[in-house]
Amino acid sequence: MSSQTRVELRKDLFADERDDNLNEIGRPTARQDILGHVTGRSPFFDDHQFDGLLHMRCVRSPHHHARIRRIDIAAAERMPGVRRIILGRDVPHNLNTLLSLIDFGRDDEPLLATGKVSYVGEAVAAVIAETERQARDAVAAVRVDWEVLPHVLDPEEALAPGAPIVNETWPRNVFEYHDKYTHQKLRFGDVERAFARPDVEIVEGRYQMSPIEQAPTETCGAIAAPETNGRYVCHTSTQALFFSLGTTAKLLDMPSSRLHFIGGTVGGGFGGKVDSLHEPLAVLGAILTGAPVKYIWDRAEEMQVGAPRGAERWYLKDAVTRDGRIVARRFRGYFDCGAYTRLSSYAVQKATGHLPGPYTIENVSSDVYCVFTNRTPATAMRGFGITGVDFAIECHMDKVAERVGLDPIELRILNAYRDGDMKAHRRLAKNTALIECCQVAAEKAGWPIRPEFAAMSSLTGGGGDRAAIPETVTDEEGRVDGTPAARPAPRPAAPAPAPAPATASTSARPAAPATRPAAPPATPPAAPPVAPPVSAPAPAAAPAERPQERPAQKPYQPQEPFTRGVKKPGAHRFSSLSGTRRR
Amino acid sequence: MARHKGRGFAAINYPIGMNLGGDPSQALVHSNPDGKFMVSLSSIDLGQGMKSVTRQIAAETLGVPVEDVYVDTADSDTGPHCMGSFASRGTHRVGNAVIAAAQEARAVLLEAAAEELEVSAADLETDGRGNIHVKGAPGRSITTAAASLAAQFKQGRTVSGRGIFLIPFAGVDPETGEMTPVSCFAHAALVVDIEVDDETGEIEVAKLSSAYEVGRALNPKLVEQQLVGGAWMGMSHAAWETTEPYYPDRGHGPEDFNQYLMPGPGDIAPHDIAILERPAPDGPYGGKGPGEMCANPVLPALANAVYDAVGVRIDELPVTPEKILRGIQANGGARPKGRR
Repeated sequence: MSSQTRVELRKDLFADERDDNLNEIGRPTARQDILGHVTGRSPFFDDHQFDGLLHMRCVRSPHHHARIRRIDIAAAERMPGVRRIILGRDVPHNLNTLLSLIDFGRDDEPLLATGKVSYVGEAVAAVIAETERQARDAVAAVRVDWEVLPHVLDPEEALAPGAPIVNETWPRNVFEYHDKYTHQKLRFGDVERAFARPDVEIVEGRYQMSPIEQAPTETCGAIAAPETNGRYVCHTSTQALFFSLGTTAKLLDMPSSRLHFIGGTVGGGFGGKVDSLHEPLAVLGAILTGAPVKYIWDRAEEMQVGAPRGAERWYLKDAVTRDGRIVARRFRGYFDCGAYTRLSSYAVQKATGHLPGPYTIENVSSDVYCVFTNRTPATAMRGFGITGVDFAIECHMDKVAERVGLDPIELRILNAYRDGDMKAHRRLAKNTALIECCQVAAEKAGWPIRPEFAAMSSLTGGGGDRAAIPETVTDEEGRVDGTPAARPAPRPAAPAPAPAPATASTSARPAAPATRPAAPPATPPAAPPVAPPVSAPAPAAAPAERPQERPAQKPYQPQEPFTRGVKKPGAHRFSSLSGTRRR
Repeated sequence: MARHKGRGFAAINYPIGMNLGGDPSQALVHSNPDGKFMVSLSSIDLGQGMKSVTRQIAAETLGVPVEDVYVDTADSDTGPHCMGSFASRGTHRVGNAVIAAAQEARAVLLEAAAEELEVSAADLETDGRGNIHVKGAPGRSITTAAASLAAQFKQGRTVSGRGIFLIPFAGVDPETGEMTPVSCFAHAALVVDIEVDDETGEIEVAKLSSAYEVGRALNPKLVEQQLVGGAWMGMSHAAWETTEPYYPDRGHGPEDFNQYLMPGPGDIAPHDIAILERPAPDGPYGGKGPGEMCANPVLPALANAVYDAVGVRIDELPVTPEKILRGIQANGGARPKGRR
């Protein structure tokens, strides 16, 4: 591959902004860890071996949405090698949201589901056994009595009246921003006035990104083991050591000082190793059994249970003058975050701050929704919050270029943001380099652009009038009053189709959309999404699990914690400090 | 049947670090008595080269050779807090924390050297090869090893430093979306040349030509690794991958690499890359973070190339042969737009 790859450093560009005479910076120094990686000797979390290691596997929902009437673990508990079966009631603080660590959002996700499940693959019990085989067999022997509930999988259908409530913490099926709106707004100038101008072309489009898998070579996992001093060591594949440590401390209601997390060498992450699902369960398993416990996903779980890069759907509308200047751009975006928030709420704001892309446009408006559906929760992936909307923006730019008869690269250079321009989020642009990237890429590809475009620069031509904040039209569309019960009653016989904005491929030529047609034109979603508060499934307040009679399976109580099993003789007879097996 | 050539273009920028800030990272640096330095982090090396980039940054700041520095990650008992390796924050946030820690350690090192040489620390400089000498008088010098030894065994100083980097959290206005999302942006533009088979709908990528602006290529080989791999991850996302092929239908979800399609070695095409460096004012030595943004321009560029090749707009990812064929069929045949 390297013979096909050519890399050049364009030191001629921005040379006066750099000191290129440094000792170590800028050198192609070989990686400190490369020899270990290429010889297979770098220790990953799963290379830490423990005598008496137990294996954890989860019982998972086969349904998109179902109430749990009863979980019967009696047969599974008696199976060979089974040491413990953990249920939601054993988790001391069984409700969390990842970003509570930065005080954003509401706790909305259990570690192990209790009242109901909201996606296929959601865990309801964790079996710990002496071998992985035994754990798998016992998982198959756990009987769950399900009551299947109606589900919703399309984000716009989830916003329609009468849609099933996916997550009772968010009864409108959306993350509520600022406790005020069903979505995050961006308002800059007045797009509607620009759309009405007689001298502009209108270009509209609908774009969608399906979920994809981060696909690390090493699947997500953790090994936890009791230390001799009331602490627990956890070897983990996490991308964020203290995120996982903090989440574990919260869910297990224990001080961080009792947790010793070790990681740092990871077999690929790409965003899929932030969710911190493995560490709390593995540590809880170590607490409850007094033995080292490994919890790792197999490939099928990694792909279908593990959070993907979530789907996004975007509607764009541009007003462009016939000489190619985009004067207004409106977005409506839907992030399909699946059954729980994880990090999608954050991605919506990140996307909003990114709009309208790297262009200076005098009127910009955006409404972006973080929508709950009955699918695997979404999470971060390389380019999180940006990749999907960049796909929409840059496909749209191609259509705009065609409409006004301008070269696609010249259209980008013409509209590119430059130093000193006001951005739609109301901060001045600085340190920009889009124009130069366009010019260099065109040059490399042998794609001719006209001299006046080849001569433009990010350093000049910005600011001035382009630094102004325009008079801005705001609105209160999508207002929530903070009390879900006070929502308007559902409209009777509401049609199933979502309230999608009217849209279509607006290309003048008959280029057929090759995929499913855009949602049929419908009334614009002026009304906030409403769902009936009563007819939908009851909230998770009525778990129907049968009380367990077996004394061995009392729910775990953190009030008398951290001693059970720790001093069990013979359970582990070597230090886990180094993590490697000693005999 | 025929194969149609097409080319597509896209340009993007990318925000570096967690949106809105509020994501601190810390670093500790200390020296052994013989002047070998250790950087302690709780940050994660995902394979992207976090250990190597922070090692070079520490060596540059300390003024010692890179082989005199090692980076240890990630142990919560020894490494101070870090938010984690995501959001293109590693190089920018952790790199800045390492600079702060290394500056503090360097100050002690120079004070120790000054005491040994009986000069003012302000008159000293490092040569980056393990020596500290008086400015303008290279003959009056002491090795970093000797200075560290003197500091710890003679003067009773700890040659160490602490560093943290934090952009304080700033919120978003509910009405207008006014915010301070991040402090710097990376940039990219990319042309992809493809051929589309109008009988099978299959795409063959002929060449990628790109320009990536990364602030500063702190280690050009690590940047290359990110850009080459990242662009192919973008290509894979554009034309192969999905966990839900008929989204929003949940059916037909792949469960292994036989079903979850990705490009193989035979699908790799030449990539002609230019790296541009416009240093970020608040980046470590101007560095931004190339890791995430390198994939983003590939997706729309590929869709635009398909339109150029056969006249079919694919607005839903991934751009599969099925979608291309259905589009060609609906148009009554391929409608090449003419190569640019």
